Amino acid sequence: MSTMFAADEAKRLLDAAIRGEMPDELGRFGPFGGRYVPETLVPAFERLDAGVQEHLHDVTFQQEFRRELREWVGRPTALTFAPRLSEIWGAEVWLKREDLAHTGAHKINNAIGQAILAKRLGAKHIIAETGAGQHGVASAAACARVGLPCTVYMGAVDIERQAPNVDRMHRLGAEVVAVESGDKTLRAAIDEALRTWVTDPAGIYYLIGSAVGAHPYPYLVRELQSVIGQEARQQMLDQAGALPDVAFACVGGGSNAIGLFYPLLGDDIELVGVEAGGTGPGLGQNAATLATGTPGVLQGSYSIILQDDDGQVQETHSISAGLDYSGVGPEHALLQATGRVEYISATDDEALEALEELCATEGILTALETSHAYAAAKNYAKRNPGKRILIGNSGRGDKDMPTLTKYPARTRKHAGA
Amino acid sequence: MQVHERIGAALTAANEAGRPALVPFITAGYPEPADFISTLKVIAETGDVVELGIPFSDPMADGMTIQRSSFEALRKGVSLKWIFDQLDAVEGGVAAPLVMMSYLNPLLAFGYDALAERALAAGVCGFIVPDLPFEESAELRDALEAKGLGLIQLVTPATPDERLQKLCAASRGFVYAVTITGITGGGTGLPADLTDYLDKVTGMSSIPVCAGFGIREAQDVAAVGRHAAGAIVGSALVETLERGADPGAFLESLRP
Repeated sequence: MSTMFAADEAKRLLDAAIRGEMPDELGRFGPFGGRYVPETLVPAFERLDAGVQEHLHDVTFQQEFRRELREWVGRPTALTFAPRLSEIWGAEVWLKREDLAHTGAHKINNAIGQAILAKRLGAKHIIAETGAGQHGVASAAACARVGLPCTVYMGAVDIERQAPNVDRMHRLGAEVVAVESGDKTLRAAIDEALRTWVTDPAGIYYLIGSAVGAHPYPYLVRELQSVIGQEARQQMLDQAGALPDVAFACVGGGSNAIGLFYPLLGDDIELVGVEAGGTGPGLGQNAATLATGTPGVLQGSYSIILQDDDGQVQETHSISAGLDYSGVGPEHALLQATGRVEYISATDDEALEALEELCATEGILTALETSHAYAAAKNYAKRNPGKRILIGNSGRGDKDMPTLTKYPARTRKHAGA
Repeated sequence: MQVHERIGAALTAANEAGRPALVPFITAGYPEPADFISTLKVIAETGDVVELGIPFSDPMADGMTIQRSSFEALRKGVSLKWIFDQLDAVEGGVAAPLVMMSYLNPLLAFGYDALAERALAAGVCGFIVPDLPFEESAELRDALEAKGLGLIQLVTPATPDERLQKLCAASRGFVYAVTITGITGGGTGLPADLTDYLDKVTGMSSIPVCAGFGIREAQDVAAVGRHAAGAIVGSALVETLERGADPGAFLESLRP
């Protein structure tokens, strides 16, 4: 399935990734990644890179990080068997419950890790971007926890559709800045955060929310999120008695997916990333970056992006703000190009349907982002009966109520009929 | 003489005439695509070198004015291909050497070899790429230099001395000294310690140094001109065009 590399090159790159040799010292995952940033930020990125190398795997950092994950975030999160869903799908379905982490999504793993790092690096102020608001809430909470002021950049469109999270950020002490430029969603919020960082590269720490951007962010975020896959792997062995046949995760920028997949890369497990198929396959109708995009440079790294023939980045559509992004982390681009991970998409409607089914069968209101992974897993189960399926349940759906109220609950209607 | 050396020659000629060089910036095709070439000709009469902005969907180093101009130009169909076609059609060429300012992705999409070829034919002497740090620049630099075109390096007040030395040595045409730690279009005036910084860059560079970001008035041009070869004026000129005012008269008003 790899179109980019010859088979032996794909194998060489994948083996290097599995051995933990990606990214290289230039921040490259094979051809992807790198550091494409304004000159003003180059010294800041060099300091960050040096700080990551010094602290991330330092014993005292890891002790503090692990303690916060255990005592403040509430890890390990549960691995839940889904008996009713399993019966309907004709599969054995297990859910890795990141929705049970503090603040309601996997985002907190990265936020608290980077907040601890920022404190160690002497930052005076933390800035963050957010799409669905989950990373904004996680950053606000983490900054309160370590005692640093926090400003969150959020697209005006997202502020409207994720109103409950905006209020949560305010209450957690963060300032929320509405971004009115560009597409007014996650991409514009990242652009605006970068512009702000340029004004004070020494004092500001940019707490990026996904495994995207210039080196070392894709690496840093992967390392902090890998706790998802490490726990899930052990829990599958303990509770299911075996590893899954296949694992699904939704992909926007791709932090929860890389967190789940990375520790499973060397195992005999099919890995499937699910992007937002939106309302259809046309440019601008979806956010299926890996499925339909081409290589390019966006917001600091060389990866796959949704762009036109002139290299202009295209606006996206997804019902889920967290997947509504025209780029994707460079490591996903490598995992796709080597054929190790398959990237497919699910539409808005499929995601809504999956969300309802999970509510009705297992009593879990999952996030609209996560619902895309369920929709794809269900289709897979139909074609491959009897498989053991692991789904990264990346976040909870409470934040989506303003969107969900626009759609009548089909299951409730059926129950009353 | 390499094509990129025309840039430095034009800047030096201005200095030899006893004045700081003026480098006006416009976003190509903004506010109206139909006025692009006529505007370009007017500013090339006063400007010693002209910087043409290629619109991009994610101008992350730019403030509101350049963002607005970029998004609007894209909405009206301006593309790099269109810009080259327009430049090719100019009879007798433009009075000043041209440099293009573009984020990397439109150049990547165009293809570096094709880019260098069309740029050379269109009278473009060099490129400024604000999201391409030196470490990632070898491929584009090689493609441009194969045609005698230059890649202009930016330096900033945050650039450490050792790196400054490296960037000055690598730059072609001129060294673009960003005056502030920030984005384009800042309205708060030039920093107090600017002169030391510009003197340092000028001292390190064997080619002319032009200062840009936050230069809006004649006094800014004069202040910068005492410590650098020239001044780059972007947002203030774009705002002049937005008001429908005469860009030639505005540029004349910047002359000390």
